[in-house]
Amino acid sequence: MATISLRDVRKNYGNTEVIHGVSLDVADGEFIVIVGPSGCGKSTLLRMVAGLERITGGTIEIGGRVVNELEPRERDIAMVFQNYALYPHMSVFDNMAYGLKIAGKSKAEIRERVDKAATMLQLEPYLARKPRALSGGQRQRVAMGRALVRDPSAFLFDEPLSNLDAKLRVQMRLEIKQMQQSVGTTSLYVTHDQVEAMTLADRLVVMNAGVAEQIDTPMEVYRKPATTFVAGFIGSPAMNMLRGAANGTGFALDGGGRIAVRADELAGHDRPLLLGVRPEHLVLAGDRDPEFELSVIAVETLGADTLAHGRLAGANGTGDAFVARLPGSARVSAGDRLPLVIEPGTAHVFDAESGQRL
Amino acid sequence: MEKRVTFDNRLLPYLLLTPQLLVTIVFFFWPAAQALYQSLLLPDPFGLGARFVWFSNFEYLFGDSYYLQSFITTAVFSFFVTLASMSFALLFAVLADQVIKGEGAYKTLLIWPYAVAPAVAGVMWLFMFQPSIGVLAFYMKKAGIHWDPLLNGTHAMTLVVAAAAWKQISYNFLFFLAGLQAIPKSLIEAAAIDGAGRWHRFRTIIFPLLSPTTFFLLVVNIVYAFFETFGIIHTMTLGGPGQSTTILVYKVYADGFVGQDLGSSAAQSVILMVVVGLLTVIQFRYIERRVHY
Repeated sequence: MATISLRDVRKNYGNTEVIHGVSLDVADGEFIVIVGPSGCGKSTLLRMVAGLERITGGTIEIGGRVVNELEPRERDIAMVFQNYALYPHMSVFDNMAYGLKIAGKSKAEIRERVDKAATMLQLEPYLARKPRALSGGQRQRVAMGRALVRDPSAFLFDEPLSNLDAKLRVQMRLEIKQMQQSVGTTSLYVTHDQVEAMTLADRLVVMNAGVAEQIDTPMEVYRKPATTFVAGFIGSPAMNMLRGAANGTGFALDGGGRIAVRADELAGHDRPLLLGVRPEHLVLAGDRDPEFELSVIAVETLGADTLAHGRLAGANGTGDAFVARLPGSARVSAGDRLPLVIEPGTAHVFDAESGQRL
Repeated sequence: MEKRVTFDNRLLPYLLLTPQLLVTIVFFFWPAAQALYQSLLLPDPFGLGARFVWFSNFEYLFGDSYYLQSFITTAVFSFFVTLASMSFALLFAVLADQVIKGEGAYKTLLIWPYAVAPAVAGVMWLFMFQPSIGVLAFYMKKAGIHWDPLLNGTHAMTLVVAAAAWKQISYNFLFFLAGLQAIPKSLIEAAAIDGAGRWHRFRTIIFPLLSPTTFFLLVVNIVYAFFETFGIIHTMTLGGPGQSTTILVYKVYADGFVGQDLGSSAAQSVILMVVVGLLTVIQFRYIERRVHY
């Protein structure tokens, strides 16, 4: 078990910099999820920690030891790959024992460690099988078992669940979380799936285009997204973004129309702004004064919730698209004009130019 | 799930198979049947008639020490050709797989020798190692090696093995390279993280995963060494000095077309067919079991 620390880590391919200086301190036993869209550099970052990619700039420390120039095997880490990377010609037992054999452990110790991991992952009946005779979920467990038996300083997960079907993914997500909690090994986990990220992480690193846009607990990332990118990436459906400017007691939209947001949230900002409102923070006005109205274009009924897609009434032409998440019991149909209010204290204000939270 | 193409027309599939079947029948089954028949005949010295002699051609062959020696020569030749061509090809493939700059150039150069006809390759090697005018023979002499493939049987054998193996390296290289590139990178990375060094990774992961390719090439190379090396032997040594490089397929030619003993030659080619058939069966039976598909 160990801490991991990244100091201004950079990566170049030729003259192109793809990771623009990421710094991160991971506490002992912490579960960090690196999340971002494809191509944001999250896997590259993980592979640099693993030693599979060279580090162009900055330093990476594992357990207080700078590992920049160390081979993967000298870093005392274990990695779970997206395609599992099981050795197809070896039995499940041999797959898990491979690293231990190389480390020169005794036969008895190897047996004991593999058995322990197999019990934990419910793999005992399959130890003699070849990987191809296993289901996707079982293969995933073997890959985890292989990491587990080595008792490394840190686990690295590279999108380990993305090859599984939706139901299995939810189950394995839970198992990974439980496994990590019971062994308490520091973990870095890369995914593009925000639900996986939110549910697994002690802390999230939201990456975009080679930059860590925000590093915080899932709840803080959700409640106070640092940039418009984070705001749009975390949360589903994505946060509504409205372009406009503060105007007296409300928010004047660029596309025409106006939202009567409580002035204190906009106070002191007179430049172009983005107003972010999550769909789930909108409620039907009922007998309150509506802050704005939504002309509904389409309705998605999900059972528990109803999503009302539309445009702000009063916005001209192709005004911003807008989604509201209403209770499943709400009766809405296309063509309606819904009077809505924003739950107090839930609106987000961003600088329209830099995208930074204000 | 297995995907099968279905034809609406019942005749079409047979029609599509016809060209290949025709080629096989005309160029394999027919001559093979002819050889089988010929092997039971003893032609008279002037080629005017032939007598049916049952298996006396075979009986004679198995009592012939030259013929038995040719078996050993073939075994030695095939073993070394296969070993040399496969191990060099694997080495080159592993190296070429790691090259990043100029990848295409290396591959092209390594594949080129395959385009050289066996006879041309033979002549080229013959020139290079000709004791009196050969470029390489000159340097070998300078290095103090008493190089004489014209009189020394071992030297002659070494030379034909080298030429035959060199010709086949390209072919093997191509398959090994394809095999290597089919191994997922993440497996190698996983092994590296598990603590395996280069050599250990090769021995425990890469080589076992290449085994289907290796097995296939083993069969192909042995068949190559048995049959397709005729041109090399013919241009380089004519089976000599003495009988030292007379492999079975060359003896079929020498006895039949030079010695005009058509009955014996036919009998030899029948034996050769049986031998290769047996070798292939043995390979599939016993070696394939150890192959990890």
